[in-house]
Amino acid sequence: MLRFLVARVGAMLVMTLLATLVVFLIANTVPGDPVLAQLGDQAASDPVFVAEWRHQYGLDRPLWQRYVIFLDGLRQGDLGRSIRSRRPVLDDVEEYGPATLELATVSFALTLIVGIPLGILAAVKRDSWVDHLARVISLLGVSSPTFWLAFILLAVFYGYLQIAPGPGRLGTIALPPPTVTGSYLIDSALAGDWDTFQDAAAHMVLPSIVLAAATIGLVTRTTRASMLECIRQDYVRMARAKGSRESRVILRHVLPNALVPVVTLSGLAYAQLLTGAVLTETVFSWPGLGRYTFLSASALDFPAIMAITLLVAVTYLVINLLTDISYAILDPRVRR
Amino acid sequence: MSGARIAEILAAQPPPVSPWRRWRHQYGLAALGGTIVLGWIIVALAAQALAPWAPNAVEVTARLRPPSTLHMMGTDELGRDVLSRLIFGARISLITGIVVVTIGAFIGTVLGGIAAYAGGLIEEAIMRLTDLVLCFPPIILALAIGAALGIGTTNTITAMLVVWWPKFARLSRSLVLQQRSLEYVEAALVAGYGPGRILWRHIMPNSVGPLIVLVTLDVGNAIIIFAGLSFLGLGVVPPTAEWGSMISEGRELVAQWWVASFPGFAILSIVLGFNFLGDGVRDWLDPRSRRQ
Amino acid sequence: MTDQRPVVLEVDDLRTWFFTDQGIARAVDGVSFSIREGETVGIVGESGCGKSVTALSVMRLLEESARIVSGTIRFRGRDVIAMRPAELRAMRGGDVAMVFQDPMTSLNPVIRIARQLSESMTIHGQSGATAASRGINLLGSMGIASPERAMTGYPHQFSGGMRQRVVLAMGMSNEPALLLADEPTTALDVTIQAQILDLLGDLNRDFGTAIVLISHDLGVIATICARVIVMYAGEIVEQGPTVEILANPRHPYTWALLNARPGLDTDRGDRRLTTVEGMPPDPLSQPPGCRFAARCPFRQPVCDDHPPLLDAGPERLARCWLAGEEPFERQARRSPDAAAEFVPAATPIMEVKGLVKHFHLRGGLLARSHIVRAVDGVDLTIERGEIMGVVGESGCGKSTFARTLLRLFKPDSGSIRFDGQEIATASAATMRPLRRRLQMIFQNPYASLNPRMTVEAILAEPLRYHGLATNAAETRRRIDELLGLVGLGAGARERYPHEFSGGQRQRISIARALAVEPDFIVADEPISALDVNIQAQIVNLMIDLRERFGLTYLFIAHDLAVVRHICDRIMVLHLGQVAEIAPADDLFTAPLHPYTRYLISAQPALHGPERGTDRLKLTGEPANAIDPPSGCRFHTRCPIARKVCADAVPPLRLLRPRHEVACHFPGEFA
Repeated sequence: MLRFLVARVGAMLVMTLLATLVVFLIANTVPGDPVLAQLGDQAASDPVFVAEWRHQYGLDRPLWQRYVIFLDGLRQGDLGRSIRSRRPVLDDVEEYGPATLELATVSFALTLIVGIPLGILAAVKRDSWVDHLARVISLLGVSSPTFWLAFILLAVFYGYLQIAPGPGRLGTIALPPPTVTGSYLIDSALAGDWDTFQDAAAHMVLPSIVLAAATIGLVTRTTRASMLECIRQDYVRMARAKGSRESRVILRHVLPNALVPVVTLSGLAYAQLLTGAVLTETVFSWPGLGRYTFLSASALDFPAIMAITLLVAVTYLVINLLTDISYAILDPRVRR
Repeated sequence: MSGARIAEILAAQPPPVSPWRRWRHQYGLAALGGTIVLGWIIVALAAQALAPWAPNAVEVTARLRPPSTLHMMGTDELGRDVLSRLIFGARISLITGIVVVTIGAFIGTVLGGIAAYAGGLIEEAIMRLTDLVLCFPPIILALAIGAALGIGTTNTITAMLVVWWPKFARLSRSLVLQQRSLEYVEAALVAGYGPGRILWRHIMPNSVGPLIVLVTLDVGNAIIIFAGLSFLGLGVVPPTAEWGSMISEGRELVAQWWVASFPGFAILSIVLGFNFLGDGVRDWLDPRSRRQ
Repeated sequence: MTDQRPVVLEVDDLRTWFFTDQGIARAVDGVSFSIREGETVGIVGESGCGKSVTALSVMRLLEESARIVSGTIRFRGRDVIAMRPAELRAMRGGDVAMVFQDPMTSLNPVIRIARQLSESMTIHGQSGATAASRGINLLGSMGIASPERAMTGYPHQFSGGMRQRVVLAMGMSNEPALLLADEPTTALDVTIQAQILDLLGDLNRDFGTAIVLISHDLGVIATICARVIVMYAGEIVEQGPTVEILANPRHPYTWALLNARPGLDTDRGDRRLTTVEGMPPDPLSQPPGCRFAARCPFRQPVCDDHPPLLDAGPERLARCWLAGEEPFERQARRSPDAAAEFVPAATPIMEVKGLVKHFHLRGGLLARSHIVRAVDGVDLTIERGEIMGVVGESGCGKSTFARTLLRLFKPDSGSIRFDGQEIATASAATMRPLRRRLQMIFQNPYASLNPRMTVEAILAEPLRYHGLATNAAETRRRIDELLGLVGLGAGARERYPHEFSGGQRQRISIARALAVEPDFIVADEPISALDVNIQAQIVNLMIDLRERFGLTYLFIAHDLAVVRHICDRIMVLHLGQVAEIAPADDLFTAPLHPYTRYLISAQPALHGPERGTDRLKLTGEPANAIDPPSGCRFHTRCPIARKVCADAVPPLRLLRPRHEVACHFPGEFA
């Protein structure tokens, strides 16, 4: 088992390094001069200024040297400087990260709480109305563009029915709770500020539903397929032959096997949530990294875009690692 | 057991389902999906004839009009007819979706097949490359590459292609590996056929099934991602009509809901169409349903 | 002397039908029998005859589409069909236990053995602690060494035989009155099968549990069952004491089953097996009269009426109008004269020396990689026109040997001379013209034909590729010829493989191999996946073709009786090395290697003196090719092993005419 862990972590680190290379190459081997994009037209027309700028940022050095500088910067936590906010991207990440993390985690919980039981029910009661409902929900979730769904829900529940709060994490005049974790829900609960807690929770409802929509579809489908596959197996028949009641067969025999691929999928789902956040936060004006990415993309803020890409890639790799490890814990056959 | 008793049991059975009903139950959704897709293809081809207004015709006096008989889906911020833009937008979505997926599938399938059959270092190299691309979430990587290349449909398609081929390479590789261990391939080797012939004429025809399913299902995915990239500001160059950018333009206009809703419904319908179609193709190819 | 023991299970006119889209499949169609306490009863029949469905009906474990439409099942007087769910669950695993065919899939892969074993007891009311200790005892009595350690393991860590013992332990844990065993040994090697069958016999004796053993192999059933029920097309066609039925079958189907299987000492005659043509009727549309009539060589006009079970002697029943009459003659297809004794030609067609093929299993990053020594030094000479048999259990390397011989693998070392030409290291270009002369038939009829090619395409390809047919007309003519040779009509041309049965697909494979007019054909377990009757048909076909075309066969199989019947010489492989090579008769009458002796003894025998004698029992688990024992690979299980056996690999020596052995003490076992 230990050998397995070491091998996986090692692989992840190698991939991380390669990811940095990829990001660096994308950022630095583009057609068009990034310098000009960074400076703006007026400054760019002055060749002396441009040359000085190049030198100052080391852009006149050979490519591999710039990669080393880049890596070195990463080690020190320097993710570049955003053109738009004129701050180190790291600071931006620190400011906006918690909001996205909170949203993604709540959506993830929602995905699992809704998706897995729905998938199990759909499999156990195959071809019943539950099954059909599950199929419809999955299909709609997977086929709707997130950014549009966000808009529709906002328009209907906020604009028309007026039962949901508007965009943002809190009401317009509310103050955020004192920062402990960055999550408004946790922080307000810790501070005993139940009004703010309620406000934050209410604002969380629509965005998390939208974000979870696609992943719920994915998880439901996979769970159902996995359950159906496992129910067909011989060991299920064996369990029945021993005299088990059906509920026990499902819970103790089928589920542990069926959930293994679902766990793998959950990792993928969490990653999908992070990327879906880009589109959802924009519509809900949620002050998170997703919206930050959108604004950076619209403004062609290169350093920010590259930094975010790298960050997301690393997060993805870590999630994959955790998924692999949990796979090994759940399925003894993998451990050898 | 008497013939009378047997007749009794047979009579107690529900009447056999007519072949038409059985086909409809199995493939009804797929047919629906196919119709939807076909419908949109026709719309895209006949856009010129079908659109009542020019898609980019700005009319400042008719800004943000709600749906009416004149403008069946209303007008947007610049007075352009939403319906006409929707119709022309179908072209972009369909073209980009199909182009990205088919080219990506082709590249991926070939690379995956070569990796599986050649094995060794070649396989390692190709698979590590797919791993590398796959460690970035697709939309983020496409975003990064697209930002680097600049706005524009071709650039965005290129960015998406880089992101798209790996999943096909993985699938193709596992399919070829699966087939390669079967005895009919050994028989072909014993007969003396060369690797090219075996891969192309024997293995590939048996592997295309799941690939075709993935292609069909994935077109919908590509359409959504392209729309998403356009929503974010990459993708098409304004003022081109495109569903994602239309939603982006209307995303704050909660009161003028028609600007952002209709394009989204269009995306939903076409993606559902491809999903139904893909599911149907998958069921059709499933040997378990094929057997009788 | 009738049996007075109380009846445990009584099945009366049971009909279990499957309700499918295509119609009603009458899988079990009027089956009646009873089982007494402590009896051992076998149910034999080919696949699809309804034997498994009968057992599943008794346990009420049927699939959704199947229903018991009529008849009664009584367990100790209680009506099983009318039982409420709670009662049924108490019966299952408590009074009646069932074990299934595949031990690999019968156990839940993610749950430890201890929990799965305890579960069978705790479900039926025992406490956790009692269950745990009883579990250990049970595993021990099933013959598992170090049961405490086994309890903590997962199923995938055990071999097939061990898993089946665990499953049996689960079944016996509540000391049931009845144990239903559905093909429990079909997936196991011969020596392990012998162990498990002995275990079943012991369970019957020690616990008094009645055993119903279901199998397609009459030999397996004959090993431990006192009574046998023969099923065909959903009906019982014969019932009675095993000994009597084997000596004198009263139903033509039983007769066919007996004759299709050679015994270990039956006269080989011209080597063909008695067989009946055709296949069982489609369960969707059973014929109105006798269901076997279409294939029956003794058919009479009266057979158009459906026969009931008639008296065929004391305690015997047979569903045949001819039941009470003269015994069926064992008819040979040709003259009973023996085939001409094989005379080797001047030069052998295949000479193998020191063939070695290892596989490297990658362990992945940082993990150890293993070497599987699949073939580890094999010497063999095959004469032109000979049928050379290769036997051995799983893992002995026979499949790898076959493929290396045909250069599907490149040997790591050693020499292969085909017709005088060295091919072990030949390049692809050198091999190409030789490919015509070397062909192969595979085990799995479902995977050996390309599912997307029509029969015509499959047969045309080699013809065109090797230039044996240059235009469409000639191709078609040759294809029709080939199809005729293997007993298929020209109508087969446009059809796809999935439209044919297993036996027919094997015929197509044979046609494909013949298309290029080869000299040497490797047959890798060509009949293992087929029913007994179909096996006989294919064997006869292969013998016919050999005579006609002067072919040489390398015939790989695990069924010693068949190998003995049709092969001239036989090679016994063990863990990648040769144990013994001898002419067929010599190998069986006077084997010299201990392993051969055990292999022969473990075969379930139908006829002859082997039955009933104390079989030599081979204890322990087989070693594996990744970490083979030092010296003679058999020494860990060999009863006569001495120190030298662990130190030195015994060389292959010629001890008698054409009889080679690799053993330090050949022929010395008691």
